[in-house]
Amino acid sequence: MTIVIVDYGMGNLFSIYNALDHVGGNPRFARDPQDLKGAKAIVVPGVGAFGSCMAQLSRFSESLLQHFQEGVLMLGICVGMQVLFEESEESPGAAGLGWISGRVVRLPAGVMIPQMGWNCLKIKQHVEMLDGISEGDMFYFVHSYYGLPEDDSVVAATTEHGVDVTAAICRDNLFATQFHPEKSGPKGLQILKNFVRAARC
Amino acid sequence: MLARRIIPCLDCDLGVPGGRVVKGIEFKQIRYAGIPWELAGQYYQDGADEIVFLDITASADRRETMTGVIKETSRSVFVPLAVGGGISSLDQAREVFNAGADKITLNTSALKRPELIEEIAEQYGNQAVVLAIDAKRRYSLEESREIVQTDDGPCWFECSYYGGRQFTGIDALAWARRAVSLGAGEILLTSMDRDGTYDGFDIPLTDAVARRVNVPVIASGGCASPDHMLEVFNQTDASAALAASIFHFGEWSIGQVKSYLKDRGVNVRI
Repeated sequence: MTIVIVDYGMGNLFSIYNALDHVGGNPRFARDPQDLKGAKAIVVPGVGAFGSCMAQLSRFSESLLQHFQEGVLMLGICVGMQVLFEESEESPGAAGLGWISGRVVRLPAGVMIPQMGWNCLKIKQHVEMLDGISEGDMFYFVHSYYGLPEDDSVVAATTEHGVDVTAAICRDNLFATQFHPEKSGPKGLQILKNFVRAARC
Repeated sequence: MLARRIIPCLDCDLGVPGGRVVKGIEFKQIRYAGIPWELAGQYYQDGADEIVFLDITASADRRETMTGVIKETSRSVFVPLAVGGGISSLDQAREVFNAGADKITLNTSALKRPELIEEIAEQYGNQAVVLAIDAKRRYSLEESREIVQTDDGPCWFECSYYGGRQFTGIDALAWARRAVSLGAGEILLTSMDRDGTYDGFDIPLTDAVARRVNVPVIASGGCASPDHMLEVFNQTDASAALAASIFHFGEWSIGQVKSYLKDRGVNVRI
């Protein structure tokens, strides 16, 4: 079993590395698309703005899509979830990976932006990645934008911050969270455990 | 709805190998509290929502000790880590982020050179920059100060720097607003009048800052009981309460504090 974290040069990935390591995931980094070869599972972390993130990630686009289509387990985190959409209000003109139809929009006026802190989940689908997670469990969010899928059957969980905010999506072998499981205490580690377990299958 | 956060603060003396956590009273006397990553690990297990490390020695040669503390902590603590004390350049901030910190807190260096806030926020995002303000009440009213009513009469708040050893003449409320406009994503607001006194948070100060900025405000200074946290959450829009002594010396565990607050209707993560 090999879990690979995509390191596209946008900064600190120790947190996700340490958290996966802590739950027995024994991850490694991929700094080039060819490093994704042989991966049983791939983590796409997200740092920075949508546009600069995509600018760095785009060299991985083809390889990531190929692995996704071959059924390799994928986990997107924070902006790593947002880049799965087609585009974002944060960076007009920048194309996302487009695996999920829909766009990324700004949190509504009148709420604290960025949403920064612990918020509770409303579970829409009891998917495998949410095993051990209950309605109301809290996770750590830091973001100003959120994904709005055209087809809401991909939404696994939401959270409330002025509006219902997409907190997790699930499509085939892809799971992604707007919150940071690696910074969300024991409940976050539970999600990473589920991911590692699924990668072993 | 976002939960109110409970944050233990670890004041670190990095003058000994590996560093140690200490606690001062009114910014002066020092008591020894433990090994930084061990205490951080315990607080994480007890339900801390975030952990703040402040390097109170803050000299350049000890930054390596602090990055060691962060690396060790981030192996087993999976909540946000904020680090402050003596960070005065983007390069120094990068070292701390690379060690595993999620946020850095700036005080003296930002007062001396406010553009540092912009520089770090541009690279790491606003959420990664916490502005720490050490504020002291001044009852001698002056023109152009932002006046706040308190039980002891009207006052303004003066920013201090160099760990409370020097005053700046800068109005804390105006500085909070300016820092947010420069890109600070959060304010760690310490009352120098209350710090270490066990008299509770400075409510008028916390309220005044929380009303003036649209970023989270962390109330700090004077907390001796869960009741003080209840008070600051009920009477102000503070997003978080920070405390040190009550956790370090075993008076209350973080879990006990959170249960106390939850039973009284405060939205906290249990």
